[in-house]
Amino acid sequence: MTVQAWLLDDSPKSRGQAAAGRAYRVTLDLLRNPLAVVGALIIIGLILTAIFAPWIAPESPVGQDLSNRLLPPSAEHWMGTDELGRDIFSRVVYGARITLLIVGLVAVISAPLGLLIGAVSGYFGGWTDRVLMGITDVFLSMPKLILALAFAAALGPGIENAIIAIAITTWPAYARIARAETLTIRNSEFVAATRLLGASHSRLIARHILPLCTSSMIIRVTLDMAGIILTAAGLGFLGLGAQPPLPEWGAMISRGRSFILDQWWVATMPGFAIIIVSLGFCFLGDGLRDVLDPKSEGKS
Amino acid sequence: MTLLSVENLVVSFPTSRGRVNVVDGLSFELGRERLGIVGESGSGKSMTGRAILRLIRPPGRVEGRLSFEGQDLTSLGERDMRALRGARISMIMQDPRYSLNPVMTVGTQIEEALRVHERLPRRDMRARVRDMLEAVRIDDPDRVARLYPHEVSGGMGQRVMIAMMLIPRPSLLIADEPTSALDVSVQGDVLRLIDDLVRDHGMGLILISHDLPLVARYCDRILVMNAGRMVETCDAGDLHAASHPYTKGLLAAVPRMHETRDELPVMDRSAWAGT
Amino acid sequence: MGRHMTAISLSHVDIAYDGQRVVHDVSFEVAAGESFALVGESGSGKSTVLKAIAGLAPEWTGQIEVLGQPGSHRPDRTLARHCQMVFQDPYGSLHPRKTVDAVLSEPLTIHRIGGQDARVEQALADVGLDRRFRFRYPHQLSGGQRQRVAIARALMLEPQVMLLDEPTSALDVSVQAEILNLLKRLRRERGLTYLMVTHNLPVVSFLCERMAVMNKGRIVEIAPATALHDGAFRDPYTQKLYAASGGD
Repeated sequence: MTVQAWLLDDSPKSRGQAAAGRAYRVTLDLLRNPLAVVGALIIIGLILTAIFAPWIAPESPVGQDLSNRLLPPSAEHWMGTDELGRDIFSRVVYGARITLLIVGLVAVISAPLGLLIGAVSGYFGGWTDRVLMGITDVFLSMPKLILALAFAAALGPGIENAIIAIAITTWPAYARIARAETLTIRNSEFVAATRLLGASHSRLIARHILPLCTSSMIIRVTLDMAGIILTAAGLGFLGLGAQPPLPEWGAMISRGRSFILDQWWVATMPGFAIIIVSLGFCFLGDGLRDVLDPKSEGKS
Repeated sequence: MTLLSVENLVVSFPTSRGRVNVVDGLSFELGRERLGIVGESGSGKSMTGRAILRLIRPPGRVEGRLSFEGQDLTSLGERDMRALRGARISMIMQDPRYSLNPVMTVGTQIEEALRVHERLPRRDMRARVRDMLEAVRIDDPDRVARLYPHEVSGGMGQRVMIAMMLIPRPSLLIADEPTSALDVSVQGDVLRLIDDLVRDHGMGLILISHDLPLVARYCDRILVMNAGRMVETCDAGDLHAASHPYTKGLLAAVPRMHETRDELPVMDRSAWAGT
Repeated sequence: MGRHMTAISLSHVDIAYDGQRVVHDVSFEVAAGESFALVGESGSGKSTVLKAIAGLAPEWTGQIEVLGQPGSHRPDRTLARHCQMVFQDPYGSLHPRKTVDAVLSEPLTIHRIGGQDARVEQALADVGLDRRFRFRYPHQLSGGQRQRVAIARALMLEPQVMLLDEPTSALDVSVQAEILNLLKRLRRERGLTYLMVTHNLPVVSFLCERMAVMNKGRIVEIAPATALHDGAFRDPYTQKLYAASGGD
């Protein structure tokens, strides 16, 4: 039996095979969507660049060479050099690490937090719901970037604080989605059936409700990644994010602003990086939405 | 006279295992009579109704010949088809709650259905709506015309649907499970109503349902479908003498009011997978 | 736990939803091993009664007893071992992301019962499902197969009382026949008590011994199922329902 036949077997022999089969089908569906594949390739490219940055980058991202200031793109410096003579290509490559760090940490902090708060709020309803959603609404009612700015300013500039500030501003949206999903799931018969088996509330939330909210959460987080990168870049641009000499893309644009008319490449190159990675996340998110949407599942 | 003729109708949808024929070579003719199409879920009965009205959207595909009052439906443009839907062929769906527009009053919706096909002065329009609501046995038509769909019960909603579908005076009515969302005590009323209106207007009726005894009660002729094909067709009165094992199996599987059997006969689905 | 002569008893039960009373003064008793039907049209409150017994409709007053144990206002672990429920919609009563195996193992995990592997296999066999269905997801099953899984789940804890909420109304006639046969066989083999909610009188005739007819939140008549043979009902509403259902 080939691996493919094993994965697509209609009657799996074990839990592992059933789960692997499902994952394989989702992947196959995703591969059928060309934009999603482009998105996935961009994200994989970003991850590989971040991992292999020291091997890809021809020069050090922080090494100054004042004799080679502000050189235009050439065979030697693919993206030119900045005002301190640093190779922009190398800085963009190392910047991938910072971007990935921000994106990863924000997702790891805010998605589970929002998911849990939303699910608990929707599941119990009543005053639990009112209190939790009240807090959520307070956060939602303030503009994201301004809120992140305020937190970053209060916590002090720096990449870690920027991440925390962004995470604090993103979770309320996830809590709202998770709550809406939970409200539709809460009254379904399988939840009632499981309650009748004697399952505890925590078991119901963790094993039955959260797994059904995760797919819409994954989609939403992926689509939000672009916004997170832009917020991080914005904070960087305003000097509240990553501090020099860290090669953060937003901060790089900010520095390049002074030479934008004469040395356009200094600000433009990291700008391209931001656009491409943001687009990649958007494409992937759209593709995931088509594949993972619970409403489209189960239809044969 | 033949009202509708269906020849070798094939409706297919793409799946991961290639195209699947949901309706697979169905042929029948319909005069000004009441035809019941019966089958279980997945038999293709609803798809047949939708295919006649050309309501199958891509990637679904319809092949075969459909002619209505001598007109070839398959060659009609979408524009002509829209003019024909409602005006000459109408369809009643299963659940009135999903087929009525929630933000329009019942009266306006019925008017709307008429306005699309006929230009009438306002006063005549009102009168027609009133007459129609009376025809579907709504006692207080003026009050009901001002209600919103959520303010009417399921049975009343289905009457409104019927009024809406019949007001342009179509010559063929397709009713797809018109009563399965309703309570038993209302089901009879609604079906009798459809029945009376169909007779009075000399229309053709296609009643699509999963309920064999019910269809037998309200139709002249019955067409039994399974897996996209016609299994058997017979006069409703001769249903008890049905010859095909599938039809017999369906009849026997229904529990009876006077039930003495200890076990209900179960059909072996593999036995007529090929027929 | 010893056997009780009365499996389910309700006396003067009122049930409300969000403060609005939907069931008024319902009293009936179901003997152990009996199959009892609650019959009525939509909005009659029949499903609400079932939910109250299971603890899913918390706003009730009066007395509910299941196997001598007073009814609870929320689902309860001890009740779970004795009383289980099968729902109407086979598409909604199974978690879309859990395999049949996960669905059937869950009650055992919750109640810390061992030998899961063998028990799941046995449960599948009991409801007439082949072993190859064990690791399938619900979307890979037909409506009838899903309902078999739901019945198997309800039986995992070996309850004596089963609450059946329109267990076959969403199914095709031929599948309904299979599920009704299955329910009848399981009851015979295990001496189960059934309380079934339905609007379908012929199904009552096949599966039940007695029935209570509900209208607008009240029980209007309690009659033996044999009354369906000749329509010997006292109450005018029951007579109307009987006539509309094709009885004559």
